[in-house]
Amino acid sequence: MNKRNIVVLLGGILFGFGLSYSGMTKQEIVLSFLQLEDLGLIFVLGGAALVAAFAINVLAKYQKKPVLGGEFKPRRRILSWNIIIGAVIFGVGWGISGQCPGSAVASLGTGNLPVLVGIAAMFIGAYIREFLDS
Amino acid sequence: MFPLGIEPYLVGGIIIGVGVGLIYLLTGLHATQSSFFTTTLSWFSKRKHFQKEANVKERSWRLTLATGLVIGALIYTLTLSPTGFWTTSVQVWRLFLGGLLVGFGTRLSRGCTSGHGISGLASLSKTSLYAVIVFMGVAIVTANIVQMLGVAP
Repeated sequence: MNKRNIVVLLGGILFGFGLSYSGMTKQEIVLSFLQLEDLGLIFVLGGAALVAAFAINVLAKYQKKPVLGGEFKPRRRILSWNIIIGAVIFGVGWGISGQCPGSAVASLGTGNLPVLVGIAAMFIGAYIREFLDS
Repeated sequence: MFPLGIEPYLVGGIIIGVGVGLIYLLTGLHATQSSFFTTTLSWFSKRKHFQKEANVKERSWRLTLATGLVIGALIYTLTLSPTGFWTTSVQVWRLFLGGLLVGFGTRLSRGCTSGHGISGLASLSKTSLYAVIVFMGVAIVTANIVQMLGVAP
């Protein structure tokens, strides 16, 4: 494994640990947020985004280049109807099932095997999208 | 509003942010999740669209990231978790139907809760802010409709 993938693996382990620590790997907890019964998810998203924002906007400016080479590029997308329509469709799926891509994959590590059905469906959905685009 | 307190949410969020920040500062990569589906499909589909250079170039680190997510959650489950291994009671039809829409929608939108939600907002992207407002608003309405129809949890 190259150095870059070792870093990605370690960062991913932290990511997965944080997702399960915060309960996001439990679809019931995500649904209780979406049903407005427990608003904790805001702190997960907000806490993660704030720490990442500090890395991207402050630390990266001092560091100039990534330690393992390459360039820093903030993640920006040009607004389009596809982005908004896709967000609507994603929102319906999230609201029906309480699953999003990262939390569903991490959920496997908690022994939540039924979520394999959801992940398989995400692959099918992604395949259909790319098929229509080609 | 916070029946379980805010500590697990805030601490978990900070740990996620440290993971994402670490990957960015060392490699310049944005640790986002939904592209994982497309890049992983490039191992299985010969279609030109999946064989795009960007997909093939990114597929190994994206699979590594997904593996890290599973290992991290497994470590938590074996150490700090009060409940240990756990299985959802959300019906399989909801996991399937929801998953289908999540897979299609996040690829059309080019981002998910981690892509638009964490990395996009952290990059101060207005597009991601609009996407987050839309998918969160729609998900809240959807989840409430599902609940009103008598489907639990």
